[in-house]
Amino acid sequence: MLGLEKKDFNLLMVVVALSLFAPLILNIFPKESAFAFFNGGYPDLMQRFAIFGIFAIGFNILFGLTGYLSFGHAAFLGVGSYAAVWMFKLLGYNVLPGLILSVVVAGLLSVVIGFVSLRRSGIYFSILTLAFAQMMYSIAYSDLFGRWLGITLTNGETGLQVYNNDPQILMGPDSSTVPHIFGLEMSSRLTLPVGPWEFVFPVGYYFCAIFLVISFYLSIRIFRSPFGLMLRAVKSNNQRMTYTGLNPRPYTLAAFIISGMYAGLAGGLLASMDPLAGAERMYWTESGAVVIMTVLGGVGTLIGPVLGAGTIKYMENIISKMNEKLLHEWFSFLPESLEKAMVWSASWFTGEGWHMTQGVVFMLVIIFLPGGLVQGSNKLFGRRKRKSTDDAATKQPAE
Amino acid sequence: MTKNLTRRGVLKSGAVAGAGLAVPTIFTASSAAAYTNEPTGSSVTLGFNVPQTGPYAEEGLDELRAQELAVEHLNGMGDGGMMNTFSSKALKGNGILGKKVEFVTGDTQTKSDAARASAKSMIEKDGAVMINGGSSSGVAIAVQGLCQDAGVIFMAGLTHSNDTTGKDKKANGFRHFFNGYMSGAALAPVLSSAYGSDRNAYHLTADYTWGWTQQESIAAATEAMGWNTVNNVLTPLASTDFSSYITPVLNSGADVLVLNHYGGNMVNSLTNAIQFGLRDKVVNGKNFEIVVPLYSELMAAGAGKNVEGVIGSMNWNWQLTDEGTKAFVKSFGEKYGRPPSNSAHTCYVQTILYADACERAGTFNPCGVGEALEGFEFDGMGNGPTLYRAEDHQCFKDVLVMKGKENPSNEYDTLQILEVTPRAQVEYAPDHPMFAGGELGACNSGA
Repeated sequence: MLGLEKKDFNLLMVVVALSLFAPLILNIFPKESAFAFFNGGYPDLMQRFAIFGIFAIGFNILFGLTGYLSFGHAAFLGVGSYAAVWMFKLLGYNVLPGLILSVVVAGLLSVVIGFVSLRRSGIYFSILTLAFAQMMYSIAYSDLFGRWLGITLTNGETGLQVYNNDPQILMGPDSSTVPHIFGLEMSSRLTLPVGPWEFVFPVGYYFCAIFLVISFYLSIRIFRSPFGLMLRAVKSNNQRMTYTGLNPRPYTLAAFIISGMYAGLAGGLLASMDPLAGAERMYWTESGAVVIMTVLGGVGTLIGPVLGAGTIKYMENIISKMNEKLLHEWFSFLPESLEKAMVWSASWFTGEGWHMTQGVVFMLVIIFLPGGLVQGSNKLFGRRKRKSTDDAATKQPAE
Repeated sequence: MTKNLTRRGVLKSGAVAGAGLAVPTIFTASSAAAYTNEPTGSSVTLGFNVPQTGPYAEEGLDELRAQELAVEHLNGMGDGGMMNTFSSKALKGNGILGKKVEFVTGDTQTKSDAARASAKSMIEKDGAVMINGGSSSGVAIAVQGLCQDAGVIFMAGLTHSNDTTGKDKKANGFRHFFNGYMSGAALAPVLSSAYGSDRNAYHLTADYTWGWTQQESIAAATEAMGWNTVNNVLTPLASTDFSSYITPVLNSGADVLVLNHYGGNMVNSLTNAIQFGLRDKVVNGKNFEIVVPLYSELMAAGAGKNVEGVIGSMNWNWQLTDEGTKAFVKSFGEKYGRPPSNSAHTCYVQTILYADACERAGTFNPCGVGEALEGFEFDGMGNGPTLYRAEDHQCFKDVLVMKGKENPSNEYDTLQILEVTPRAQVEYAPDHPMFAGGELGACNSGA
């Protein structure tokens, strides 16, 4: 169905179901219960799940299929955000022009960066993309181009935002003053109290989720297409491919541009949910984060990047909020000396120490589950590691 | 890959797609509450958004201490601190409007994106009705914009950029802290009497809104006194080593170095400057001097002996002798065993001012609270008589000019008060060119 094999279609349906019911799944604990802290079902976080899911899916098309490890994908995300915010400033708060422009601009930038970087492979490619991304970051951070032109282009550290006196030529007197799609505001939501539970269904999240499902579907089609096969050929043995008379460059460049456009879309969505673009989202740590998401979930698998993005964003937003006061409450049933010791050791891994938790989880996954969380769930459900086509991560190059 | 488009298949997928598209349209119903996060239970939640990591982390942790103390005092625990000396007596020590005050915290990481994410999660997940704190103007402006959109009050913490209540001002945002213009107006006369009126100044400036506007303010104020600005070099906020920026200073013919840096940046740049022996140099027949326009005790403690004799300005200092300051320093000192910093003071005062405004307005509705704060005159909060100006939501009060102590007696006694610049000298019109270009807009209650 939809041009997919049954197995892939089922996977797509899983993603659709997860996206549709995320507000229920992520608010599993009743509102007043002790575990309510672990609920991740508030609009901002759910939107991040979907947006970074898209980002990671796009990254996986490049890294998972061709094996080219880009360390500069955050640049496309950032450029997408800036493009979208500029559309808000110039045209108005309808998100559609912004999203289109963010994909186009990110695509154009990836043509330039990809054309230069793809002349090299392996570590040199990674370093080149990293250098380009850091360059873009510095340019955005100090608003270099804006200064040359004598205007505000990125607004530096403060971040680009929309002001009341911006042109916004498409806005009427009673138009919405927050991002919307034809009048449907991204920030509006439906709150549904069911007994002790409280479920929030935000418009912005479902808007992102639709893009997530479309992105996921496109990614399956690319994985299963002859084009995807060529990309895998690049990964398994680039040299042999060249000897057979095929030029791998157009294929890798196309993959690079596609994943750049995915990142641009993610950036545009990020700005649509929150109309501000800061330079930090182009910093190299953000590029590193998407690599971690993809590897954590499972490189080269279809659903892995989405799982990885969700895991990382959950840790970033929930574990980082556990402060000492909360820890004291949780461990208050212990005798005092033991409680202090527990709080002391736990505080290393919570609050601002959440990076530590991320590091530990990442290490454990890499050591014990090199195929990522997807391999973990396969093991858990007793499925043998199949030689299926979506298990490209475990495929050995034919040397 | 199979490509068989059957009638049934098309119908099915069409139905699925249609259902998917129809889903969002049922979510247009607006919530029943009168404004964002209207507290309905017996408690009200405040959000404290401070940097716990990054170059301003020290400031953020001190802000958090002060905010916790303020919550204690609001709930009637402890000795009440400045609530006893505050000129408004609306607060009764039973929380705000009879509701017990709870708080949640977030880490801004001194990054606009992260700060907005943590503020959002406090508003959306924890139901915070007000966001307080922060230690960077870039972050403050970003969070202020978010609070305006979300319909909650933003009580800015340490933010010194002219833009916060200038071109980026918002109806839901309020700033108690002073700004770059006020620093310039207070510092310039002191500098010219201490160092003479024919100096050549070289500026090193943190490359973001605060650095830019402070540099502009200081340059304008000192140039009016006869100084000459030789050069202005922008440095990235994330820098930790400034030696490469210091070397060119020596060859520029400048005899004063102005460090428009804050927090960890300032500690590092000042230390680098001292290591290069700048202060022992004699240029143009005059002793080389260093000026740090925005001071803080935490920075002074971090820079240690290097701050000796360096002049700067502050919003407040624990060595002041008025009743409000004494009460605050006492209760802060008893709880944490150290004197509060000026960022701690501003966050404490902001929390109390917010609570008082709610109490006087009789509601948590941001529009009501904003109205109660606009044009509010108060005293007894450590800065003397203070006005929350209605036109730009900026507080006007005395500014302190500080100097690094020559022989500090302990780690907290690093600065001495050189002069208390009266409020009249640092006031400016709301449409002053350095603050022009923005508008408050209408208050947003999120309804």
